Amino acid sequence: MTTIDEVKKLAALARIRVEDAELEKFTSEFDAILAYIETISMVEMPQGNALRRGLTKAKKPPLRNVMRADDEPHAARAYTKKIAEQFPSFAKATEGKPASEAGMYLEVKQIISHD
Amino acid sequence: MIKLNEMTIVEAARALRARECTVRGLWDACAAAAHARNPELNAYLEIFDADFSAITAAQKRIDSEGESAPLLCGIPLAIKDNILIEGKIASAASKMLENYRATYDATVVRKLKDAGALFIGRTNMDEFAMGSSTEHSAFGATKNPHDISRVPGGSSGGSAAAVAAHLAIAALGSDTGGSVRQPASHTGIVGLKPTYGAVSRSGLIAMGSSLDQIGPLAKSVADARILYDAICGIDSLDSTTIPNGLYGQHKLPKNLRIGVPYHLLGKGVDTDVIAAFDVMLKQLARAGHTIVDVELPMSSHALAAYYVIMPAEVSTNLARLDGIRYGHAARGKTLLEDYILSRTEGFGEETRRRILLGTFVLSSGYIDAYYRKADAARAVLRQEYMDAFKKVDSIAFPTTPSPAFTFGEKSDPLAMYLEDIFTVTANLTGMPAISVPMGWIPRESAEKGTVKLPVGIHFTAPHQAEDVLFAVSLAVEKAHNA
Repeated sequence: MTTIDEVKKLAALARIRVEDAELEKFTSEFDAILAYIETISMVEMPQGNALRRGLTKAKKPPLRNVMRADDEPHAARAYTKKIAEQFPSFAKATEGKPASEAGMYLEVKQIISHD
Repeated sequence: MIKLNEMTIVEAARALRARECTVRGLWDACAAAAHARNPELNAYLEIFDADFSAITAAQKRIDSEGESAPLLCGIPLAIKDNILIEGKIASAASKMLENYRATYDATVVRKLKDAGALFIGRTNMDEFAMGSSTEHSAFGATKNPHDISRVPGGSSGGSAAAVAAHLAIAALGSDTGGSVRQPASHTGIVGLKPTYGAVSRSGLIAMGSSLDQIGPLAKSVADARILYDAICGIDSLDSTTIPNGLYGQHKLPKNLRIGVPYHLLGKGVDTDVIAAFDVMLKQLARAGHTIVDVELPMSSHALAAYYVIMPAEVSTNLARLDGIRYGHAARGKTLLEDYILSRTEGFGEETRRRILLGTFVLSSGYIDAYYRKADAARAVLRQEYMDAFKKVDSIAFPTTPSPAFTFGEKSDPLAMYLEDIFTVTANLTGMPAISVPMGWIPRESAEKGTVKLPVGIHFTAPHQAEDVLFAVSLAVEKAHNA
């Protein structure tokens, strides 16, 4: 059984808030979903060597380098303005005027306190 | 004469080259149909204004290159709202990204632009592609063109409805657990989920990164193939894309061996869906293909494994949406409050539910019981399929247990999840899969008495064996249209 406190704790971990009115519904739905997916924890799975054998029986594709070349993917600042335009602080910083240097900075709250 | 917007890609490409219509005429027909029917269907979240320079360029290319111009040149396509088109909003049908304007083209969009294709609009979907009905869209559900009291399926329901109602010639969707194939089945069109890694996901808003693939929704098998050929290929912007022949060469026999896991079809599937499926199998057998019984025991646990792995990946992927760099940005007293307010206001109910579920299965103490177990089940399932493919070329079952359901019918989340019971296996194994219309079955309708609803047949093939899917689907299409 999931408890309301557990759902609250998960929500805090996930940085979302579940309103009190929704908590009960969320908790009972959660129980139903967990009861279903819980079947997976009871499945007899090949263990240890048997599992490894099962997994390596198939011919694995040869290793290949999936990393891109370590060079410049595009010219410096090619996307800066476009990305800056999506900053929540952009509109305020530019106040409808064309993008200035001021609008190109991402605004975040102070996180170091001196208390 | 057939209306221009009702043509397939093949028909439209031929008509354009034969000067029977112009790119402008084709665009206008699709745009007019889209504007006329969208208020009722809500297939599009936005219908774009005509891009006259692109229309003129496509016309010039057809005029000068003729037969050698790409088949997609001048063809109006609908694009799911989680695929980025530079300069356009890409909201993933979420309040979180309601005002997010794409800063670059998805690789698939760039490839379609290079081929001269046109984009008619961005289509509705379940928020962040989570759902099987489009009822989880933050901007209202899409309606099924065959019966507007029913869902079009999801999550690519807007793309499916747009194609089925001829509001576009074809469309792109994305498929994490059946989100292309299930709506294709519910709206009577063809939907393909390519092999994992066959199509670049650069510019696709991520849901479950070990499962997501972009795929075509089209009016015919030939059209699905044209779109697939245009968007597939290795891409330096997506390191999960794979080169041709990675999984070795396979033969394409003239007569295919089709495996059917009869042990999975015993219960939970509507009897008339099974009947339509049996009729189609008989027709395939008459056409020279062989039907073989196959055993895939781990399939019974596939959905449970999927609903562990997928939310785990969702909660991870959606962690980036915190109201700081882009998207919905609410402000509180502290930085933590900024995050919590932005995410709580931005995400809809189902999205929050899956984030919580993912957070749960990944949390210390549960990761072994759930996530690692699901991952092991996934490996066993994949092995079972690989073993089955030693004796068959393709595996068939109905795409969904029932035809399209009515709005609100699956308000219980678990009932909605069961819609994906057949389709999730291909995402877990990474194998390509397709849904093709196989028949029509009658259901009561609140709107117009009895309606005939389309149902699809689903085929899976080994990794990179999309040509097997196209071959068997063409045989189905031939039998279905006969």
